[in-house]
Amino acid sequence: MAIFKPAHLSEKRSARRYEAIVIGGSAGSYDPIQIILSSLHQHFACPIMVVMHLNRNQDGTIANDLNKQCKIEVKENIERKHPAPGVVYFAPANYHLLIEKDKTLALSTAPPVNFSRPSIDELFETAAEAYGPNLMGILLSGANSDGCRGLKKIKDRGGFSIVQDPADAKINYMPKKSLELTQVDLVLPPKQIGFFLNKAIGVGKLLRKKV
Amino acid sequence: METEKPIPQETADVELELLLEAIYQEYGYDYRDYIQVSLKRQILNRLEQEGLKSITELQVQILKDKDLFNKLLGDLSINVTELFRDPLFYLALKKEVLPILKTYPQLNIWHAGCATGQEVYSFAIMLKEEGLYEKTQIYATDVNQVALEKAKAGIYSLSSLKEGTANYQQAGGEKTLTDYYTTDHKNAIINRSLKKNILFCDHNLVTDKVFCEMNLIMCRNVFIYFNESLREQVLKIFHESLCRQGYLCLGAQESLLKLKYSNYFERAENKQKIFRKTIHGNI
Ligand SMILES: C[S@@+](CC[C@H](N)C(=O)[O-])C[C@H]1O[C@@H](n2cnc3c(N)ncnc32)[C@H](O)[C@@H]1O
Repeated sequence: MAIFKPAHLSEKRSARRYEAIVIGGSAGSYDPIQIILSSLHQHFACPIMVVMHLNRNQDGTIANDLNKQCKIEVKENIERKHPAPGVVYFAPANYHLLIEKDKTLALSTAPPVNFSRPSIDELFETAAEAYGPNLMGILLSGANSDGCRGLKKIKDRGGFSIVQDPADAKINYMPKKSLELTQVDLVLPPKQIGFFLNKAIGVGKLLRKKV
Repeated sequence: METEKPIPQETADVELELLLEAIYQEYGYDYRDYIQVSLKRQILNRLEQEGLKSITELQVQILKDKDLFNKLLGDLSINVTELFRDPLFYLALKKEVLPILKTYPQLNIWHAGCATGQEVYSFAIMLKEEGLYEKTQIYATDVNQVALEKAKAGIYSLSSLKEGTANYQQAGGEKTLTDYYTTDHKNAIINRSLKKNILFCDHNLVTDKVFCEMNLIMCRNVFIYFNESLREQVLKIFHESLCRQGYLCLGAQESLLKLKYSNYFERAENKQKIFRKTIHGNI
């Protein structure tokens, strides 16, 4: 089922500098997120923002767990600044995570969007506006359509889009919906997404120490 | 390749700036130093609901149509809140702060950005249970008058009370939440005895001044909407308003990072965002 379009790895594409990656997932997305993040190099050269739908009582625990399992830093404490390369920022429970036009992180407690707070569309759409073509969006397993509109916007703004292979997703509604709506660049299982990210983004020269 | 032509971003940004300028000039509400992205999300929602095509169109309409402006104002002041939001924060207040406030003969407390009042009643309940309520004057302010009216009325849907009850227990509540309200079949109505020391009033943190000396200021989930210079400006107001060693409480995701005035505050508790004005903190 995995469609691989080598065109997107052509000279032109790989020469582009991606400034950020956004990842969204709902039901059944913990495993793929864990697989992707734990496969990334320690000095991964891009910041990653993640919206994962969860229970309101799971505050902080998921980011903490992942931080222990990953070589890169995973956190849920969002400060009003530019996201740093090699750091994964999880939207805290009950807040939307947004990207301001100057590319700093912002939070909001506005009402749920698509019955979700945090909402994937809120992150993806605002990131698409801030980063334009220098953004990669990844949509994973889920039982609703939050994130589909956002991924389309990323694509429309010239960014790069990846969807978890529906054949591989625990709940394939979200990936399938997204494939209907958007001419997605890559459809891959999580392990391959991790591999691809390491290749496409690479490691930074500036070595940051994980804290 | 691309089928749909993206809207040029610059245009939209300028439109937003002009709209905020128009709101300020015409109605006096100053949103110019708020974080733009959250305002923009709310405004785009409003456009969709009203069937308008652009922010510029909305700008023309609000200058003519006061009702539409009020709707927009409601959108811009995001007043989502709940009873005992972040229960562990209230637990920390109870353990670390209330014992110190107990030693004061009289207390002034300010809830800045109180929205529909749940935060105010939550803390009032706690003050009651610790025997502090009777010596306390509570000021609860917000820029949104519709929210303030709801706060004053203190009527909340029973469904929302469910969450509140769980939070109350986690926050170390000593009785049951039902002791503090009566119900009709749909709503919970906060007891009058909880309201009597609370003064609800209209106050805009951006344009209004200090009005009273406070022992504790609670301003939660408001700073997240302000840019750095506005946060600096408002922190200065809080600093002026607080008494010696007064307390400032912010939301779970807020900090004083990068603000000059943060030098005049110290952390009073290491997990929650509870700060205390330092002794040498007079500028
Ligand atoms: C998300 S609510 C927070 C409610 C409550 N403090 C809590 O944490 O649950 C933010 C509130 O701040 C108010 N607000 C925004 N700008 C303000 C300003 N300039 N002055 C006073 N209140 C403001 C909004 O109207 C809204 O009710």
